[in-house]
Amino acid sequence: MANVLVFIDNPGDALKKSTLELLTLGRSLGETAVALNGDLHQDVSATLAEYGVTAVFRPSAQDLDDYLVSAKAAYLAAAAGAASAGTVLLDNSPEGKEIAARLGIRLNAGVITDVVAVDADGTAHKSVLAGSYTTSARTTTAVSVLTVKANNVTPGPASVVSAPETSTIEVPADGTATAARITAREQKAASGRPDLSDARIVVAGGRGVDGDFGPVEQLADALGAAVGASRAATDAGWISHDAQVGQTGRTVSPQLYISAGISGAIQQKAGMQTAKIIVAVNKDAESPIFEIADFGIIGDLFDVLPQATQEIKKRKG
Amino acid sequence: MEETLKIIVLVKHVPDAQFDRHLTGEGYTTDRDESILSELDEYALEAALQLAEARGGAKAGNQVIALSMGASGAVNAVKKSLQMGATEGVHLTDSALAGSDAAATSLALAAAIRHLGTGAPVDLILTGMASTDGETSLVPAQLAERLGLPQVTFASSLTVDGGRLTARRDADTYSETVEATLPAVVSVTDQINEPRYPNFKGIIAAKRKSITTLSLADIGVDPAHVGHAGSWTTVTAAEERPPRTAGTIITDEGDAGVRLVDFLAAQKLL
Repeated sequence: MANVLVFIDNPGDALKKSTLELLTLGRSLGETAVALNGDLHQDVSATLAEYGVTAVFRPSAQDLDDYLVSAKAAYLAAAAGAASAGTVLLDNSPEGKEIAARLGIRLNAGVITDVVAVDADGTAHKSVLAGSYTTSARTTTAVSVLTVKANNVTPGPASVVSAPETSTIEVPADGTATAARITAREQKAASGRPDLSDARIVVAGGRGVDGDFGPVEQLADALGAAVGASRAATDAGWISHDAQVGQTGRTVSPQLYISAGISGAIQQKAGMQTAKIIVAVNKDAESPIFEIADFGIIGDLFDVLPQATQEIKKRKG
Repeated sequence: MEETLKIIVLVKHVPDAQFDRHLTGEGYTTDRDESILSELDEYALEAALQLAEARGGAKAGNQVIALSMGASGAVNAVKKSLQMGATEGVHLTDSALAGSDAAATSLALAAAIRHLGTGAPVDLILTGMASTDGETSLVPAQLAERLGLPQVTFASSLTVDGGRLTARRDADTYSETVEATLPAVVSVTDQINEPRYPNFKGIIAAKRKSITTLSLADIGVDPAHVGHAGSWTTVTAAEERPPRTAGTIITDEGDAGVRLVDFLAAQKLL
């Protein structure tokens, strides 16, 4: 079977669900090795073994996080060589895609982003043009680099626990020589909510919230959801730009997308129309969002959302 | 400020996202009949113009070169850029380029940028944060790797001083400051500025600006290394997603919040 390399960046003390998905997908394609950056916590080691990982690589340098992308790409290229990898799998985050981009040039490997499924023969499936088409794509190169979207694989451990060996990969010097250096980093206040890109449920507000995201946030918290926003809401400064879903913001594919006070113009649709289920609340019955909503409510979000929040709290006891 | 800058801005003509977009032909490439300058590239052009103007503009010797790769329609992206204020336009076009993926595109653009850097070296290559059609965001990073340059992507602010640049990047959980030496490849977000509209003077002035057309032979690229033949990825099938159909629409009669929760429960989403 072909060899697969999965990149795991700074997992902390537990692997994210999206990482478990990559490991599960990797195992379906071949023997899976891991290239790790950052500390290797013992709980993470145990999970890697449960998921059948055959080898764990770690970089010779501890400062890869100080550089933008190219240092990690250089490390990963060296690890892919050591693993004789035919397929490299990464997160579909902006950074994951950029590492993949540079890695592709280093390995003369085709890169496919936004992958939702991979067949045994290596054919990757994705959607393009803001979800209006689904395509199948292949690389024509010896090595394939794929970035995989979250929430498309059901993660599961291997039938047999493995005992991966850990080895160190020498990071090529040219990865840092020409890299941009990160000179300062400020953490933003943690919201305690799930990450918008991977969230199973997203509750989003638009122009209709009129400056008050309270009802949107309260419903999101009752559902354990991430909070999103339309461009109108982020441009108005009602919520951070990071929350923007749409053509110029994030593309999300959650199980459930609740849209409140968003008209659903193309710029917004581009970011959310691949959600499994769309619920829309809007005062304007003519809003285009109702054309794509599985369940639409013509009504005032300031009435509907708080009532739904109360009802969920009641049912969850 | 004494330094002058030679900036290349990569501009792409893309199908207008306001309308339905289609994949056509054998390679399932994008139909570009009704194409416009990618909205996201206007931010890159504006950033370049502001950097140049802060140093005395074209009169002081600053150059803002709009470079577009693509079939004949791509020249429209260059023209719009000239109207906004770019000092020169370059259209890289060759029938062999059709169907190029990100790797092949970055190969051709890297060669074009090297070509444009003969004589006076290029200080900065600016791009938008993504194309509004391909949406892969691969090209800036691949270009930087091919040119051996630092990349600073998703810059929400950008300053250049003494051969170094400083940029701010915003992620979900943090903001960071990044520094790099020039030359560098920088992609900018739609938060960096408010792009200008071409004014009448700009439109008239653009008519007098020249657009240089480059072929693969001009930039020394083997046609076998680009286009469908030179791409490292191939699209084997494409299917238009059936349009989402509207589901149940109700009007709130005082119980819509509860009915919403009923719907979620029925879908096993609680």
